[in-house]
Amino acid sequence: MIHEFDAVIVGAGGAGLYAALEASKTAKTAVVSKLYPQRSHTGAAQGGIGAALGNVEEDTPEWHAFDTVKGGDYLVDQNAAKILAEDAVRAVYDLENRGLPFSRLEDGKIAQRRFGGHTHHFGEGAVHRSCYAADRTGHMILQTLYQQCVKNDVQFFDEYQVVDLLLEGTTVKGIVTFELKTGELHIFKAKAVLFATGGFGRMFKITSNAHANTGDGPAILARAGIPLEDMEFFQFHPTGIRGMGILITEGVRGEGGILKNRDGERFMERYAPTLLDLAPRDMVSRAIMTEVGEGKGVRGDRKIDDYVWLDASHLGREVVEKKIPDIADFCRTYLGVDPAEEPMPVQPTAHYAMGGIPTDVDGRVDTGKQVYDGLYAAGEAACVSVHGANRLGTNSLVDLVVFGRRAGMHIAEYVKSASHGSVTEADADRARQRIDALRHRKGGRHVGPIMHRMQEVMMEKVGVYRTQEKMDQAVEEIRQLREDFKEVAVQDTGAGFNSEVLQIMELENLLDLSLITAASAANRTESRGAHAREDFPDRDDPNWLKHTMAGLDNDRVTIDFKPVDVSIWEPKPRKY
Amino acid sequence: MKVTLAIQRFNPETDSEPHVQNYQVEVEPTHRVLDALMDITQNQDGTLGYRRSCAHGVCGSDAMRINGREKLACKTLFKDLEIEEGGTLEIEPLRHLDVQKDLMVDQSTFFKKFRSVKPYFVPKAAEPEHGEFIQSPEERALFDEATKCINCAACYSACPVLDKNPNFVGPQAIVAAARFVNDSRDQGLEARLDALDQKDGVWPCESHFECTRVCPRDIKITKLINLTKRQIKKYRDARGEQTAEERAQ
Ligand SMILES: Cc1cc2nc3c(=O)[nH]c(=O)nc-3n(C[C@H](O)[C@H](O)[C@H](O)COP(=O)(O)OP(=O)(O)OC[C@H]3O[C@@H](n4cnc5c(N)ncnc54)[C@H](O)[C@@H]3O)c2cc1C
Ligand code: SF4
Ligand code: FES
Repeated sequence: MIHEFDAVIVGAGGAGLYAALEASKTAKTAVVSKLYPQRSHTGAAQGGIGAALGNVEEDTPEWHAFDTVKGGDYLVDQNAAKILAEDAVRAVYDLENRGLPFSRLEDGKIAQRRFGGHTHHFGEGAVHRSCYAADRTGHMILQTLYQQCVKNDVQFFDEYQVVDLLLEGTTVKGIVTFELKTGELHIFKAKAVLFATGGFGRMFKITSNAHANTGDGPAILARAGIPLEDMEFFQFHPTGIRGMGILITEGVRGEGGILKNRDGERFMERYAPTLLDLAPRDMVSRAIMTEVGEGKGVRGDRKIDDYVWLDASHLGREVVEKKIPDIADFCRTYLGVDPAEEPMPVQPTAHYAMGGIPTDVDGRVDTGKQVYDGLYAAGEAACVSVHGANRLGTNSLVDLVVFGRRAGMHIAEYVKSASHGSVTEADADRARQRIDALRHRKGGRHVGPIMHRMQEVMMEKVGVYRTQEKMDQAVEEIRQLREDFKEVAVQDTGAGFNSEVLQIMELENLLDLSLITAASAANRTESRGAHAREDFPDRDDPNWLKHTMAGLDNDRVTIDFKPVDVSIWEPKPRKY
Repeated sequence: MKVTLAIQRFNPETDSEPHVQNYQVEVEPTHRVLDALMDITQNQDGTLGYRRSCAHGVCGSDAMRINGREKLACKTLFKDLEIEEGGTLEIEPLRHLDVQKDLMVDQSTFFKKFRSVKPYFVPKAAEPEHGEFIQSPEERALFDEATKCINCAACYSACPVLDKNPNFVGPQAIVAAARFVNDSRDQGLEARLDALDQKDGVWPCESHFECTRVCPRDIKITKLINLTKRQIKKYRDARGEQTAEERAQ
């Protein structure tokens, strides 16, 4: 079946919904999502959305932009960061005006809290910049945007999973989707397509990401020949629940929570004397792994799954129940620990992809050498780049609403003058053949062992600390897993509600992105932000102040580069 | 420990009746029921159907009946189920919604009812030219509870009233309405009166408290429904009108 729209938005998280609200004002728009919109992982975001409202103390967008650049270890495109910080203020007011229930200050204004790496006066001290709704800010953003879509009658195709992109040269003409309910392939013919498919933390063993975060958008584009940007930069959030990876928001430390090693020492004093526990995430994660490596983890066995304590018990029950109620609930449910009484056992958890589909500040896919007409990306799947080598907390939610909106507006304009490409049923053949092949493989393997091995390899060899040897091993092992994958077969032969077929395709996406990530990482011989190498411990601006552009050519990864915009602030060493 | 999951299975493409299939799984007390389900699909039987995403109780995908009680599979640990080595856990799909396959149910009626209460912001005043609508922490606290809903439909399955009146709008839709009715910035009740004050709106609720018992977000749903009833009554009384319930009597 072929559906025809001006614009198709793939993904119904914060980025996709915001783009849809904008685009649908004038363009005939469809939102296609593999999950019901309200199930998107934006709903899991906890701590807040950063904007220099200055409701608690003096703050300016300029400081916010500078913090973003410095936090990203100068791999951030600086004008994009400026747009992010300036537009954040309007965006937060817009969300509030659409009903978002932010927590409030005594004077009735939006409440703000401290967050890692956010400072006043270019690094002098922590600033209250994160606008929050208790510890369920993302839930409120997702709900509010979805409610607005209901109000504005945006058209949804729920549980349609995109499996292929249709290009004519470098111009988009549509997508191919798999409908869960029927197992049928539907083509969406469109002048513009936006990919807002979210993150891909599921390539790692310990992650804060949902099972659905499998990087479908970037993987589909990579297979279509579009290089991905800065894939070696994957953020490990310092405080995941031990063994499970469920996130404990940085907001806990923003409210005064403290990290301690097995001796009860506040070890961040030694690593970041000014910002302490509120240093950026890459630094705190490294500090934890260093403590663990020195035998100061709680178990003290120096293994990479040892852990440290996050203590919020001194904050008192009232603060815990009011400001971090969901965290308290997670701790009670999954750990049997009451954070108002006891410290929480935490370890770094794979959290956020700084890299992804390369775009300009209007969401257009732009590799630096080639702009793809009608093709857009936004949100965690995209790389603008405003996060550089390390994202600051609260800046992803800003990214979604600022660049989701800009992409939506650009799409609305673009489709006015663009025309449709020619699309026929035969355009679904490539996808159909892939799926048929999965269905007809005999005596096949299960997905489980391949999935688990991939997650272990990535966690151990492309994790917080990296070396050439381990990353090279990872590249080889992932290559082998991609071979093994060719023997995975579908057991479920039914047509309707066959989620197995979809999960197998998701694993394929993760394997492709793991390969690109490991190869990009092995190639960068310096340490910057989240990419920390034991064999190259320093940042190397003369050679490496540039974005990686990694293409997928069967089982080879090709590497190219794109310049970084450093037109405002000169790169300096990063101290906190 | 080894346990058996006795899962109700039904595939409308091939089965005329639901049947129970037993799976043996090796679990730790700290494992989630969802972990065991995923172990089955990834290593034993890829045909088992269920939904899931976040794996920590915030997306609302995996509500199902576990030993007869509506729960999120990802928020239910084996240690909390009082199950022992060799024991059996019964897993069934939610009630009041058609089974699509195994543990997947068709949520369209549920979402249609949700949409019927205007679950979106209808501001009372014009948008401020710059900045936010002002709201005190006390005003904000009045609707906090209702903002927590994740649309999991556990309450909808547990509700005994829906057994006899499938048209009842259901607990979740009333929670969704209450989210806005009690928001000082919103037009509130007036905007949602048509949906709430009608024979299948709030009135069929008989305060069985089943919804409140199963809600994984600890929302005091029954209390919110009763509050909404009182607010409607007060609104009608002030205008010398009758509520839909009074008119029916
Ligand atoms: C636990 C947690 C806490 C966080 N807290 C914060 C915070 O406090 N502040 C902050 O700024 N950031 C936070 N982040 C990061 C931030 O929440 C995410 O980066 C962001 O929400 C991603 O939004 P998105 O719109 O890009 O994608 P998502 O919200 O993940 O949405 C992706 C959408 O794409 C759809 N999709 C995916 N693949 C396909 C396909 N093949 N076909 C069709 N549809 C598809 C899905 O159905 C979904 O609707 C947090 C992240 C996590 C995991
Ligand atoms: S009210 Fe509770 S049980 Fe009902 S849908 Fe919302 S979260 Fe689920
Ligand atoms: S998987 Fe999200 S609530 Fe259980």
